Amino acid sequence: MSDTVSGLLTIAVLVAALAAAHVPLGSWMARVFTDARHWRVERLVYRLCRVDPSSEQRWSTYAVAVLGFSVVGVVLLFTLIALQGVLPFARGATMNLDTALNTAVSFVTNTNWQSYAGESGTSPLVQTLGLTVQNFVSPAVGLAVAVALVRGLARSSGAEIGNFWVDLVRGTVRVLLPLAVVGAVVLLLGGVIQNLASPTEVTTLSGGSQVIQGGLVASQEAVKELGTNGGGYFNANSAHPFENPTAFTNLVEIFLLLVIPFSLPRTYGILVGDRRQGWTVLGFMATLWGLMVAAVTWAEVSAASGPLGGLEGKEVRFGVWPSALFAASTTGTSTGAVNSMHESYSALGGGGALFSILLGEVSPGGVGSGLYGALLLAVLTVFIAGLMVGRTPELLGKQVGRREITLVALALLVMPSLVLVFTGIGMVAPLVSSQMLASGPHGLTEVMYAYASAANNNGSAFAGFSADTPYTNLTLALCMFLGRFVPIVLVLALAGSLVAQRRRPVNAGTLPTHTPTFAGLFVGVAIIVAGLTFFPALALGPLAEALS
Amino acid sequence: MTPSPTTTPSSPDATAPHVGGAHGGSTHRRGDSVRETSLIRSGKALSLGTLARQLVATFPEAVRKLDPRHVWHSPVVFVVWIGSLLTTVDAVVDPSWFAWSITVWLWATVLFANMAEAVAEGRGKAQAATLRATRTTTTAQRRRADGSVEAVAASDLTIGDVVVVRPGEVIPGDGDVVEGMATVDESAITGESAPVIRESGGDRCAVTGGTTVLSDGITVSITTRPGETFIDRMIALVEGAARQKTPNEIALTILLTTLTIIFVLAVMAIQPLAIYSGQEQSVVVLVALLVCLIPTTIGALLSAIGIAGMDRLVQHNVLAMSGRAVEAAGDVSTLLLDKTGTITFGNRRASELLAAPGLPGVEVTEAAYLASLADETPEGRSIVELAGRGLADETRARLDGVRREGAVLVEFTAHTRMSGIDLQDGTAVRKGASDAVCRWASDHGGGVPSGVLTEVAGIASSGGTPLVVASMQPGEPARVLGVIHLKDVVKPGMKERFAQLRAMGIRTVMITGDNPLTAQSIAAEAGVDDFLAEATPEDKMALIKKEQAGGRLVAMTGDGTNDAPALAQSDVGVAMNTGTSAAKEAANMVDLDSDPTKLIDIVSIGKQLLITRGALTTFSIANDIAKYFAIIPAMFVVLFPGLDALNIMGLSTPKSAMLSAVIFNALIIVALIPLSLRGVRYRPSGSTALLRRNILVYGLGGVIAPFIGIKLIDLVVSHLPL
Repeated sequence: MSDTVSGLLTIAVLVAALAAAHVPLGSWMARVFTDARHWRVERLVYRLCRVDPSSEQRWSTYAVAVLGFSVVGVVLLFTLIALQGVLPFARGATMNLDTALNTAVSFVTNTNWQSYAGESGTSPLVQTLGLTVQNFVSPAVGLAVAVALVRGLARSSGAEIGNFWVDLVRGTVRVLLPLAVVGAVVLLLGGVIQNLASPTEVTTLSGGSQVIQGGLVASQEAVKELGTNGGGYFNANSAHPFENPTAFTNLVEIFLLLVIPFSLPRTYGILVGDRRQGWTVLGFMATLWGLMVAAVTWAEVSAASGPLGGLEGKEVRFGVWPSALFAASTTGTSTGAVNSMHESYSALGGGGALFSILLGEVSPGGVGSGLYGALLLAVLTVFIAGLMVGRTPELLGKQVGRREITLVALALLVMPSLVLVFTGIGMVAPLVSSQMLASGPHGLTEVMYAYASAANNNGSAFAGFSADTPYTNLTLALCMFLGRFVPIVLVLALAGSLVAQRRRPVNAGTLPTHTPTFAGLFVGVAIIVAGLTFFPALALGPLAEALS
Repeated sequence: MTPSPTTTPSSPDATAPHVGGAHGGSTHRRGDSVRETSLIRSGKALSLGTLARQLVATFPEAVRKLDPRHVWHSPVVFVVWIGSLLTTVDAVVDPSWFAWSITVWLWATVLFANMAEAVAEGRGKAQAATLRATRTTTTAQRRRADGSVEAVAASDLTIGDVVVVRPGEVIPGDGDVVEGMATVDESAITGESAPVIRESGGDRCAVTGGTTVLSDGITVSITTRPGETFIDRMIALVEGAARQKTPNEIALTILLTTLTIIFVLAVMAIQPLAIYSGQEQSVVVLVALLVCLIPTTIGALLSAIGIAGMDRLVQHNVLAMSGRAVEAAGDVSTLLLDKTGTITFGNRRASELLAAPGLPGVEVTEAAYLASLADETPEGRSIVELAGRGLADETRARLDGVRREGAVLVEFTAHTRMSGIDLQDGTAVRKGASDAVCRWASDHGGGVPSGVLTEVAGIASSGGTPLVVASMQPGEPARVLGVIHLKDVVKPGMKERFAQLRAMGIRTVMITGDNPLTAQSIAAEAGVDDFLAEATPEDKMALIKKEQAGGRLVAMTGDGTNDAPALAQSDVGVAMNTGTSAAKEAANMVDLDSDPTKLIDIVSIGKQLLITRGALTTFSIANDIAKYFAIIPAMFVVLFPGLDALNIMGLSTPKSAMLSAVIFNALIIVALIPLSLRGVRYRPSGSTALLRRNILVYGLGGVIAPFIGIKLIDLVVSHLPL
């Protein structure tokens, strides 16, 4: 079987599996967030935390809860990492304070940028009590915010957009935990390791000695992908044979990282009472994902047929197609796990992965964050398209007025500002440029990729760029924090502004947001907004490299 | 206004039928009425020659508007202004033809933006000047409490003053007629030369300051303070002095500002990247790139579009009291239309004469003719016309002669509900409401044939009005002769207009005082979506509130004082200029032509305003793609020769590429001024079709046009001997 045929078959199997899974999962999530009853274990949590699950919150209260929960998360995780040396199971793991802060912010913001080497930087205690906990709750936060925004669109009176604690607990207990268990078992069957054994010292073929770490890998691997986290147990991430041993586990991992983001549009359609709206968002995400997979695969396959070959930085057990598929999917979902080194991709292939991040993580985006990111762009599209049909723009009967467009504009402004400002500083600040591996356009891409990855909460690294310095650790942490929480607060404010509006009835003059025309414009707006913002920078990075 | 809107008296200036296919903002042209003094004069045609002259004329104003305090109002233009200043400094410090060319064209960009605004304002100013000319200082004859009259300046009048206005005098202020009746020349405001009647009481009591009394005298109670009169407000409105940004305009400005910030960041980030790459960029080049990227086209034209939108309404002789109302008009989803005068001609016409069973047709025809001779109402005249056609010339001459022979006319009264004539030989002829005439006949010994009652019921159930005709010879019992079928005639073309509105997503509701049966019949004939029969002002109000509770925006017209609450409640309330001052006060628009059909045009203009903004925003952003392909390779082609692959337009040199992009960016503003003043073409259609068309024209067109434009300019620039 040729690479092309097997590659296309892999994609076909993946798409079929996603198509089959998104229906029950999307419907299940819609039920989870509207269910009137609480599970026993949930009631226990509410009682322990003294939360009244029946009371709902206004957007500001909701936002304070999200921020409070996350800041406390950062503080706890930072303390845990800083103190890991004196806590049990230390195994000699240590981390600088700036790296510790970077790591704490990274895992709480669902970025999972790793300035440290996974297996040696953190003790099993930190991995289990700190990182794994955040691997579950940080996507649950994204899910909660997305659901709150959808409630803003779906409800037509009142000021409440749900209860953050209930949404958080349900997202964790009813969605992420069960799926992670299933995913872990499948990965375990596929050969991913799961043990508590001490490190094994082996003698290599060349006679040297190597310490091989074991650990609870399969369980972390499942939620790493499922929660679009991306922080690997091992430094090599999903390129490591213990994390991702075969083509089968590779496919399973890609499936896991895409399945929740691609199911959420259905949840959205059900919650707003119009399935067609969900189809539009799904079509939008799928089109962008398809385009990026096609672009990266095309670039890598072209490069592979060139004189240098295309396998540098890729695992031979996967090959070009599954590596490119993984790269486009992980950058499009804000996961950031990697099964190959993006630094070694061809200029256009690496540029494609970078552009996939710069789209703002909407193809299909992270758990929750993909949906609210897409909805922000939908509001923007509605605003422009709505004017063109001669009406005050409205999405699902909710008017997009001054307040709404201000919130959307600010939310969409955050990420480009962070990426452009810090990349700009980085290119002329010696303490950044000295950390680059490459020079010329490729070096520029390294730095831009790092800040794009942080500001978009992706977490994948272009490698090459050594980011473990105080300056980069702190600026990247700042990008991750602002890139995550400023949009979240603005999205919740938008939800609060939408929920108070009465839904206007649909008539022939209303701009339908479920037609192919609208969906096409929707995709166009996403590409043009990102393209126009980053074209000059991309021209000096990947484009200059590719065309020289 | 009486509880039944259908009986609204049609004043002479309200009956001008305004119907027909001409529909939609820019294509709208009034019919044959020549309005020399009208407001529409100044904006009638917009030929290129006129526009060029207007542009040149506004140059001094555009230069004055370079004041940063003014430019600040448009953030996008303000950024261009700052950029121009930076390049000027750079060009002075380090002169080169390139730096100066860019600088000149950047200032031209700001000037063009100012010109667009100045042209739009200039048209309003011309209208304001016409109005101002009528607002001469007048002397008012104020009546003191003791009844004597004193002369005071019109500007000294306050609310509640009572003034006496005699023929030939100008009414000193807005007010209501409290005594008398007069013909008034209102051409100063409406452009309509035919005088109108103003009288105390009823719905025609409002007079406007600045209009002239032609005959008779009236006493007016002043209702507005000087400086706040209708004409003052009109002047402020058309001049744009009272112009405030509308909600959608503010929202769009926020979006444009955000885009500008993103591009400022993107361009600022280029410099460190360029330094790293080894080719620092000059300030001129960076500013040129920035100005090309930020949405200057829409930023420059935004206020012109808003002013022109208000202006288009004025050309339709509609005054909007706020821009907000114009925008709301585009959002309207329910239109309440009074039946009378809007959907139908407003007066019922005789369509058929039915003889009672067994009687010759000529008898009822003659009787109907006789009974209506004295009836000067439109209904009466239509009976005379219809019956006259069925009579021989000599018969008609004989009947016409009865008045000279001393016949006595019997006027219609609300009590008797019939009218007629008593001939000298003692014959009495009556026509009127069926029950009244039938009672009259039986009171005078006559019977009512059952066939007549069947006809009456048949006509009533078909939505018509039956009038029964009876006569009585002296010494004989009265006889019922037959029935006249009066019909409300639907104006031609209404059905098509309602179909268009339906396609636009607007539901039409006909409001009528008729009974449900009649209403249903007319509603079906006119093709409205719904109707409200036997409507009282309270019913109307309840309907508006119900629609609004469902999230729909409601537009309506009205002229009576009892319409005022509903006008105030509706989102778009259009008062007829012939209406009372209470109605005008409550409404947010006033139609000077007092043509209720105008509502449909107002909706179109509101939509057109929003579409023009959206289309030019899309065009502006789509333009950026070509500009990137012109400028980015030009900036870095020396450093990375491979980037020449991005120079897909094949522009001759880096400098001419950048200059061409800047020139295109400036000229496109001028090229789009006519479009922004006129508004984009709007044909009522469903939203998806509209969206597809506008994306194709302004989105795709906006992507392609600059590729061609920049290439052409480059061809010229590269051949200049520089």
